[in-house]
Parts: sequence; C-alpha cells; structure tokens
Amino acid sequence: MSSRHFSCRTSVDTPLIEFRDVTKRFGDRTILDKISLKIYENQITTIIGKSGTGKSVLLKHIIGLLTPDEGTILFRGMPVHEMGRGEWDAYRSQISYMFQNNALFDSLTVFDNVALPLRQTTNLRKREVMKKVVTRIQQTELSEVARKYPSELSGGMQKRVALARALVTDPKIVLFDEPTTGQDPIRKNIILSMIAHYRRQFGFTAVLISHDIPDVFFISDRIILLWEGKAAFEGSYEESTHLDHPMIDELLHSMEGFQDELTGLLSKQVFRNRYTMTLQKGQLDSTISAILFTVEFDLVADMFGAPVFEILKIMGQNINDFFGPLGGFSARHERNQLLTILPHIGLHDAQALLEKFTHQLQEKAFSDIQLMIQSRMGADMCLNLSVKAGVIEGKSTDDIDTIMAMAEASQTTVGVYKCESRGEAH
Amino acid sequence: MQQARTQIPFFFTIGKATFNLIGSLGAMAIFFSEGFFKIFRPKQIREIVNQVFYIGAKSTTIVMLIGLFTGMVLGLQLYYTLIKFNAEGMLGSVISMSLIRELGPVLTAIMITARAGSAMAAEIGILRISEQIDALYTMRIDPMRYIVSPRIAAAIISFPLLTAFFDLIGIIGGYLTGVLLLGVNEGAYFYRVQVYLELVDIRGGFLKSLVFAVLVATICCFQGYFTHMRTDSYGAKSVSLSTTSAVVISCVMILVSDYVVTSLLM
Repeated sequence: MSSRHFSCRTSVDTPLIEFRDVTKRFGDRTILDKISLKIYENQITTIIGKSGTGKSVLLKHIIGLLTPDEGTILFRGMPVHEMGRGEWDAYRSQISYMFQNNALFDSLTVFDNVALPLRQTTNLRKREVMKKVVTRIQQTELSEVARKYPSELSGGMQKRVALARALVTDPKIVLFDEPTTGQDPIRKNIILSMIAHYRRQFGFTAVLISHDIPDVFFISDRIILLWEGKAAFEGSYEESTHLDHPMIDELLHSMEGFQDELTGLLSKQVFRNRYTMTLQKGQLDSTISAILFTVEFDLVADMFGAPVFEILKIMGQNINDFFGPLGGFSARHERNQLLTILPHIGLHDAQALLEKFTHQLQEKAFSDIQLMIQSRMGADMCLNLSVKAGVIEGKSTDDIDTIMAMAEASQTTVGVYKCESRGEAH
Repeated sequence: MQQARTQIPFFFTIGKATFNLIGSLGAMAIFFSEGFFKIFRPKQIREIVNQVFYIGAKSTTIVMLIGLFTGMVLGLQLYYTLIKFNAEGMLGSVISMSLIRELGPVLTAIMITARAGSAMAAEIGILRISEQIDALYTMRIDPMRYIVSPRIAAAIISFPLLTAFFDLIGIIGGYLTGVLLLGVNEGAYFYRVQVYLELVDIRGGFLKSLVFAVLVATICCFQGYFTHMRTDSYGAKSVSLSTTSAVVISCVMILVSDYVVTSLLM
C-alpha cells in the first residue's frame, strides 16, 4: 500500500526537530522508510501508529540511541550528525526520555533515581542536588515514597518517578514512549493530564507515543500518524478529523475494543455493527431517531486534562442510564461527541425524551460534574462547559455518517455549566 | 565463500571459529581498555568503593573458609607424602610455596568468579535488557564509566588482597593439621616458610591475581553488557546464558592464563 503524505502546518516557525528522508533498517526489515516529519517547539506532538511501525525507533533517533542509515535529522535546522562533540552534548543535555517500562534503577530508592542524573552529570553541591530533587519529588507528589524502591510502588507511581527523573534536569524536550501502556483507563487519563499539566508548568516540548485514541488528542497540539515506515499524516486534531483517509479509519478501528474505555459506551465499531444488525435486518424502512451530543469545554477546562476525561465519563454514564432502558444505544464519535440511536422512535417522542434528559442533565449530571471538579481541583478552581444536542429522525437504512452530519447541523445548546453558577439547562 | 563451505567444510568451520575468536578477543581488549581508562574520570570513587565492598569485602568470609580447608588438606596430603622421604620438616615451605605461587591466586580467582563474577554478568545483563543502560545514555551518563569501570577497578583492588588473605589462612590451615594434629615441629614449620619463601614467589602470585582480576572483570562485564547481542536467546534466557558463559569462560581463562604466566615467570 503506497502512503500518501498529508501535511498540515500548525506553526510557521522553524521546526525544533526535523526528519528528512530518514531510513532505518534492521537486517532485511526497513522500519523507517525515507520518513520526513517536523516537531515544533512548545507543542505536544503525539505519534500514533500500529505496533511495529517504528514509533519507538523514531524516538530513539531523536535522542541518539539509534542513528539513521540514510537521511538527516535536524535540530533547529542543524544536522545532528554534523555536530561537534560539544554541540552534540549540549543538544542531548536538552532532551529527556521517558521509557515505556520506566527503566528505573531497581537498586536505587526513588530519591536516588531522581537524583542520579544531577549527581552524575553536574557539579552541583550536595545541598543543591537535594533541593532540586526534593522540589521535583514534591511536584510529582512522591514525597511519601521518596525512600522506597521502585518495586514497592504502583505502576502509576513508577511513571511519576520516571517523569520526575526525566524533568529533574530541566529539559527543553521530553520524549515519552507509550507512557500509558499497561495502565487502567482512569490512570491512563491521569498520566495524560499529568503530562499536559507538567508541560505547562515546566514549559517543555513533548513528543509522545500513545495508543490511547482519542483521549490522547485532548492534550495533543499536533498528531503524526506513522504508517508503513512513513508519516502518513501530520497536523492538528481538528485537521485530522476532516481528513478522509483510509489509514486513519483503519487505525482508529483497529484500536477500539468492545467498549469505549472512558465513557463505558459501545466502541464505534461495535456501535456500527449493532446499528446494522438490529435495525437494517428485515425492516428496511423502520423509523429511528438519533441524538448527537457535543460537550464543549472552555479553554481553561481543556487545559486541565483529567477533569475533562471525567466529565466525558459522567456524560457517557448519564446518557447510557437514561436512553439504555428505552432501547437506545450510544457511542462516542470524535473525542467529545456522543451519538445515541433510538430505534423505532419518531422525532416528536425523541424530542420529548431529550427534554427530559435535559432536566436530568441539570439535576444529576451537572451536580456530579461539580462534585468531581471540587474533589479534583479544589473549590477555588473554575471550569465552564456547554452541552449541545441535535435530534433528527431518519430511516434505519440511513448511513451513520449521514445521520451524524444531519444531527450536527441541527444542534442547539441544551445545557451550560458555569463554575460560579452550577449548571443551567435550556 | 559458498564453494569453500561445501568443498572443505572442516577448514571453513575452523576458519570461521578462528575469526570469531579473534573478533571476540579484540572486542574484549577494546572493552577493557575503555573501561580501564574511564576509572580515572571524576565521580568514580564512590562507585569504586561500593564495588570493592561488594566484590572484595563480601567475598572475604568465603575466600578465608576455602583457604583454611585448602591449607588443612595440603597439610594432610603433603605430610603423608613427605614422611615417606623423612622430609616432613619441609611441610611449611611446601605448603606456603604451593599456596602463594599457585593455589592462592587460582582458587581465590575461581571463588570470586563464582560469587561476584556471576553476579556482575547477571546484574549488567538485567540492566541491559530492562533498558536501564539505555536510560543511562539518555541521561548523558556514560554506561561504561558508571557500570563497567568501577567493577574493573574493584576487581584489580580486591583480587590481590583476597589472595593475600587466602595465602595467610591457608598457611594457618596447614599449621593446624601439620603441627597440631600430626605433630610436625612448630618451629621447623614456620622456619621453613621463612627460609624458602622468596619475594619473587610472592610477587609472582600477586601478578597472577592481577591478571585474573583483569580477565574475570572484563569477561563478566562484557558478557553482561552485550547480553542483547546474543543470537541464541533473548530476554531472561539470554541473561542466564550470559551468566553461565561468564563463569565458564572466566574459569577456563584463569587456568589457561595461569599456565602462560607461570611459564613466563619460570
């Protein structure tokens, strides 16, 4: 399958790191095949792709653990392989790498693991090292386990130790190799939000490998899709949604399980199958209604990561609890859109149901959201969101994408949650 | 090449094995020299002291125990041999020379290989397969300097010291059986040790222990460090095989080099 290259620039700046026609082979296998891509400063760039497509190999080229067989890697426009020893050392001193399995030193305590790069690569005094390490340990909420060994910690804590170690040298670029692998859905989102949070706090450029689609898109400024050794797509999340590309569809579907882990709703693929099986079988012209919900966050909310995931989870649960007993089935489409199909229900009834749900939104969902925000972010933190809904009537033979487009066009705001006034529904 | 393989397989196999052997020896020589020179880089003292404690101090008990029983066995065996020639008075000199020139360095090196060499290979192998060596590189910490150099330095310091302990305890072990058990004259035992033992014997013994230190540390670290390059196994199995290889190759090389050094000293 030949790969087309879709490039959507999100910044006009010179890229921080650029791959130009980089090829890497292991024996007879070509892992990176004349790949060209750009990574921009102060952005979170997420690399997605199937296993074995060379995502980790790509990351290891950036830090110098691997060298390309052909092609050039540029740092601020300068080829890294032409750098002198001093320049190369200065370049590497700006980069930290967080390994997929954390690669913590089992024989060292959490404190010593975090202190190691400072002790070995700087001439800081003992007191200064102590101060920096204690600060990072406090920031990553590891103070209580500083004297413990990595094997005594949970997976999430080990990730935080790895993150603290990666950040203790104040790097300008942090490379995260599948930071959420092996974590449960809640912890996955905590780690993603942690990365977004620390990126803002410490101001580094992040390059992230992740399979957590679409959750990872919440924190990503830029997405790179690796396919058969090439970058099949580069651009923002919004640009990727408008891109009709079979590889993106295949990738997204291949990564979906039976359920959407975050919302607890059906996965898109299962949703489509169920739609086809239950509605189109034998009743070619049966009436259906579809309600498309879109949860929109203000800029401040988008920056908080974990609460955003929690809000989607609460919305998913409420929709499922309300429409499920009525025979409805729902799935998340895109990162913040939830589609519910109501079989054999006409537009009038569907509108009445939506109105009832809107009341529940205010009574229950927004209360749950408020409680969650207060427990997660404290009473003084603020977050606004609005819920849009569009209801349409269609036939069971209609294509899901057509239904989605029609419902999206008919969307109006049905609920607004403001931090100072709880929620209000229209 | 294909033609050579089919026509003269025996020579092809021998030639290939020879090339591999020379390649491995060259790689180990480069590995040792890099590790050795990085001993003198800054921030090494603490790591070297840690390794001396582990390789040296923690091996003291087992080395002394082996030394004691080796000396006691020598006392028994040599007494019944020497008495046939009415030369049991020479027991002290024979035991001390056997221990200091030969048995002390060799048995000490084999004991340290079994105790610390295997641990070196396994520990470094695990560091390699769990990407901790890569992690060091990403933190700009030279893995050779941080992992290999302190172990080479610690081996060079510990081997002669432990050999000296072994020799001393071995002579005492010979005294226990020869003098206290079998009735050799106490004064004659120590007098013969003093008269017949020369500085060149002691120097030769320590030279051997230094050679063994370099060999054992290099082989064990090398096997662990390049665990991931093994083609016969992967993961935990490769660590296991690397550890086995490290011990076996070290023991063989101790005995081979013992012969070479002895023949050069004679």
